Amino acid sequence: MMEREGIKNYIEVDTRTRPVSRWQQFTQVVRRSVSIELLKGLKIVFGVWLKDESHTLIYPKEKLPLGPRYRAVHKLLRLVESGNERCIGCGLCEKICIAQCIRMETKIDEDKRKEVVDYSINLGRCIFCGYCAEVCPELAIVHGGRYENVSEQRAHYVLKDDMLTPIDLLKQQEEFPGYGAISPDADSKIKKTPLEY
Amino acid sequence: MSDVTFYIIETIIKASLVVLILSAIAGFTTYFERKVLAFMQRRKGPMHVGPHGLLQIAADGIKLFTKEDIVPAQSIKPIFKIAPIITAATAFIAMAAVPFFPPFELFGRTIHPIVADVNVGILFVLGVGAVGLYGPLLAGMASNNKWGMLGAARTTVQFVSYEVVSGLSILAPIMIVGSLSLVEMNNYQSGGLLSWLIFKQPIAFLLFLIAGYAETNRTPFDLLEHEAEIINGYGTEYSGMRWGMFFIGEYANMFTVAFLVSLVFLGGWNDFYFIPGAIAIILKVLFLMFLFLWTRAAWPHIRPDQIMWMMWKVLMPLAIVNIFITGLVIL
Repeated sequence: MMEREGIKNYIEVDTRTRPVSRWQQFTQVVRRSVSIELLKGLKIVFGVWLKDESHTLIYPKEKLPLGPRYRAVHKLLRLVESGNERCIGCGLCEKICIAQCIRMETKIDEDKRKEVVDYSINLGRCIFCGYCAEVCPELAIVHGGRYENVSEQRAHYVLKDDMLTPIDLLKQQEEFPGYGAISPDADSKIKKTPLEY
Repeated sequence: MSDVTFYIIETIIKASLVVLILSAIAGFTTYFERKVLAFMQRRKGPMHVGPHGLLQIAADGIKLFTKEDIVPAQSIKPIFKIAPIITAATAFIAMAAVPFFPPFELFGRTIHPIVADVNVGILFVLGVGAVGLYGPLLAGMASNNKWGMLGAARTTVQFVSYEVVSGLSILAPIMIVGSLSLVEMNNYQSGGLLSWLIFKQPIAFLLFLIAGYAETNRTPFDLLEHEAEIINGYGTEYSGMRWGMFFIGEYANMFTVAFLVSLVFLGGWNDFYFIPGAIAIILKVLFLMFLFLWTRAAWPHIRPDQIMWMMWKVLMPLAIVNIFITGLVIL
């Protein structure tokens, strides 16, 4: 079908006449046999074979890049400059969580600042809605890109030590672009609206 | 060494070579089939075992050999057990009368690479190939399974359909050559490219190729074991090495048909310009095997009623007309 600029491609109803009588059926068979429609299929498949344009990902060795909006297992971030925890223990994520899977314990430390003693997410209940990351005023709790969660114990990945960026890996921590950030290559993926052209 | 002793030893060696080499090649063909099909469908095929999945054949072999041999409790056990042997054995027996390569000199004697040079070679190959369909038929009926039963019924449908076409279509080349021996057929086409029987008998070539596809249960005629409709047809209850024997039999049959077509229609093992005969026939067989995989990737399979319609109402009249015209020309 012709690709026309700015106009949606509609699928047209097949309006070719179908054979009704015996004679028409017979001529259709002859016509299709003589035009050798079967060989056209062979030709297409052979072209695909020569081009070798496989879309297969050899999965454990290759992985698809994830968009910044991808919502997998959570991470607790640190401040890159000081290495302090970003979480101020406000408890908003605990309040907004509709699956009620976040639990945090806080105390007032000797500097009269709130300190997060324990933070855990029950991944069995979590529905990965992203509200906790959206509500967090400090961009502390965010969704990471880890979607392979195979472990010996179900408590793994969900305790504070698992989620918090280790202090020695602080250099590798990427700043969270903010909840709902678009992909860096979003422009190339989106079809332009009529206002653009 | 007397001639008789030599003949016996020679025949035993040739027979074991045919079985060993062709079962090994059948294994490799599964690898190439998966790769070619994958590339034609924009996939990669086996990739994980060995470089580019080359050791996948070994992995499959180990799996087949070590798998538990299950015989269903309600099946007819002797028939259930013997059915795969029929398929595998007839596939290799049929090769006894196929002259694979041109004769060559070894230890001062002329070796003919054919196990038994019977003078009704083509009749023997077609006949034993037809017996091979008893394998799926008995397997489906003995395994006490609905899908197996349907597969057996479809085997019969296929059998009564293709057999008439393969028999009638090969008749015209036989009339021209005047012999049923495959060596005679081959020698008839020794006069270069234009003496090939495909140019004298293009219709017979097409009909015989189609019937060969039906005989080996390949797409578009794989209605015996079509996964989307009847699970695996006659092979539903089979596992392990019993199923593997069906598999080897199917691939060995493909090679038999490929050799038959190249011998009867494509000039056989005659020298082709600068290409020596042995390499020429290998190239022809490889092309025909590739054609098997190619059509499997490109074409949909057809229904049982369509195969009967096509074989009986279209191809059989064509074959008879072809024989009639050939007869008139010869007269």
